[in-house]
Amino acid sequence: MSRTDAGVTERPTGAPPAGAGRPGRGLTERLLAVRELSLLLALGALVLVTTLHNDRFLSSQSVKDLLLGCAILVILAVGQTLVIVTRNVDLSVGSILGLVAFATGELFLAAPGTPWPVALVTGVALGAVCGAVNGGLIAVARVPALVITLGTLYAFRGVDYYWAAGQQINAADMPRSFLRLGNQTLLGVPVLFLVALVVVAVAGFYLRSFRSGRELYAIGSEPTAARLSGIPVGRRVFAVFVASGALAGLAGVLYAARFGTLDAAAGTGLELQVVAAAVVGGVAIFGGSGSVYGAALGAVLLTMIGSSLAVLRIDPFWQQAVVGALILAAIGLDRLLALRMAARLRGRSAHGA
Amino acid sequence: MAHDSLTPAPPAGGGAVREPGRRVGLGAPLGSWDAAIVAGLVVAVLVAGAAVPNFATGRNAQFLLLDLVPLALLALPMTLIVVTGEIDLSVASMVGLCSTLMGQLWLSSGLSLELICVLVVLLGALLGAVNGVFVTGFGLPSLAVTIGTLALYRGLSFVVLGDQAVADFPAGWTAAVVRPMPGTSIPVMVVPVLLLALVFGVVLHATPVGRALYAMGNNAEAATFAGVSVARTKFWLFVASGAVCGLAGLFWTLRYASARGDNATGLELTVVTAVLLGGVSIFGGRGRLLGVVAGVLLLGVVRNALQLADVDANALTIVTGTLLIASVVLPNAVGDARARLHRRRQRAQVAAP
Repeated sequence: MSRTDAGVTERPTGAPPAGAGRPGRGLTERLLAVRELSLLLALGALVLVTTLHNDRFLSSQSVKDLLLGCAILVILAVGQTLVIVTRNVDLSVGSILGLVAFATGELFLAAPGTPWPVALVTGVALGAVCGAVNGGLIAVARVPALVITLGTLYAFRGVDYYWAAGQQINAADMPRSFLRLGNQTLLGVPVLFLVALVVVAVAGFYLRSFRSGRELYAIGSEPTAARLSGIPVGRRVFAVFVASGALAGLAGVLYAARFGTLDAAAGTGLELQVVAAAVVGGVAIFGGSGSVYGAALGAVLLTMIGSSLAVLRIDPFWQQAVVGALILAAIGLDRLLALRMAARLRGRSAHGA
Repeated sequence: MAHDSLTPAPPAGGGAVREPGRRVGLGAPLGSWDAAIVAGLVVAVLVAGAAVPNFATGRNAQFLLLDLVPLALLALPMTLIVVTGEIDLSVASMVGLCSTLMGQLWLSSGLSLELICVLVVLLGALLGAVNGVFVTGFGLPSLAVTIGTLALYRGLSFVVLGDQAVADFPAGWTAAVVRPMPGTSIPVMVVPVLLLALVFGVVLHATPVGRALYAMGNNAEAATFAGVSVARTKFWLFVASGAVCGLAGLFWTLRYASARGDNATGLELTVVTAVLLGGVSIFGGRGRLLGVVAGVLLLGVVRNALQLADVDANALTIVTGTLLIASVVLPNAVGDARARLHRRRQRAQVAAP
């Protein structure tokens, strides 16, 4: 849903968006709804095909595994959506996740009696600090978030490796109560997935109903206009990076709880998967549109493709290729819809005049 | 990348010298950033030579340069692409896919290796053309497209060879790519890389095409009105990127005598880092190839020296990240400080009489 403009190249340094007809709120939301609907349809079709092939795909154990598998990606995708909506990007989430996961393990090694809520809060706080480093550097340097977070992607991962120095933390080093958090179910639903659901709901409600949440969209649509209309752009962008860091921290703690075995490589390469989930979920890469629900569905879809391919006995090596094709299809679809809507709006305004 | 257009154009390169016309003209062979990065490179080499045992040996120089060949190759077209304001994140995946295609062709086609090499480069160009069609034909943001093809091409490279490796390339070929020039320790492969760098440098800095690249990076719309065929030029840049990835794939395969699906995984971020470190603005429109070549070498020298000094290879990413962040933060900080000094002086002048 490329709302920025209808031009071929969308460069902020370049021309200010040519005055292409900007869709009204109602239309945009209808289109967003279409995106979430089409994702649900895709998910449904995938489930149907896979289940027809093997009915154990919908067994409770398999569903549980699926929900468990996508929870962490969903949480990261929510954080990434907050960032991308403001026309920024956070490439360091995978490294923050790895760093926090390892820190959580180290915490339990150093103080074996630590209750898990303390570990959770510590992890989220550490993630928020990493996010604040990102946000602070972006504010100070006034350079694109892509560059800064590419730098911190390396820096945080390097700190992680330096700290770990080849050491591995095992499940035996962590308290049972903490590890249960990673595998326990509540009414058949994994706790991890419930946490992800809460994160999605809170972020979705915030983006939709809070003034500052709406302001994030305004910033992403046109930063200059947002600033001129009195939105504290710098502060909002900083806060968004802290939030993204904190969510990556949360994901890191949950990663530690789920997998138990930790080394410094945890979460390597996850950042592109997270961006992919958001893009597949209809979050425009140049900001200003998209929802956390779409991004979360995108994350579920990406995760589910993996397990479906396994059930369908398709060579697992195809998985990544399918994900790539899906990203291309998703952004192509967005482009098509945007062009169609622009055409429709042009027709309408010509009619009115 | 189109992130954060809050400030008009405060890009990576060139502290106080801000006029793009002066920075890119042939009359100014060294921009201030190029000078800084070249000086940094010289200092790094001198310090490493003096302080790190075994750094200043012919054998080390040979390995250092060989390790840098793929990075240097990929950085060349990437520089041009980033100058136009686009990005190609799929380069490492194209290297991987070209490598496995080469392996598969050698394994099963019975063609001569010469012919296979030509085919692989052409296939690389084809992969690049797919990127180009999506970006210029469909008008999609290159960041999103090439994240998609990053996954797609990497996935396909696993599809081609699975988790197998093809390793039985003729010894004459695998020895040829690592051979030093007679009487020296400089690898022969440096020559084609330098020639290619020369070609890209001339195109960028001494031809109308190169001027057009800066023009479209600064303002695509204005460039269009000035008669530059923006879409067609960008398309061919992506094709060139793919073809160079084919070359890098050949080199990678022969150097390690192994065609595997995971060859060059993650290299795309290092390439982008080197290009940005070289002073190319991620907003497009600024940067010089000399700076990028120096940036590649600086990255290689620092990493190599620290590795020789027994720093864990993975922890070295701290250095990569810090260099990148410093390269974008410092020029702006210096510029700010100068501006403040200037203002203070002006105020003092006003107050004095």
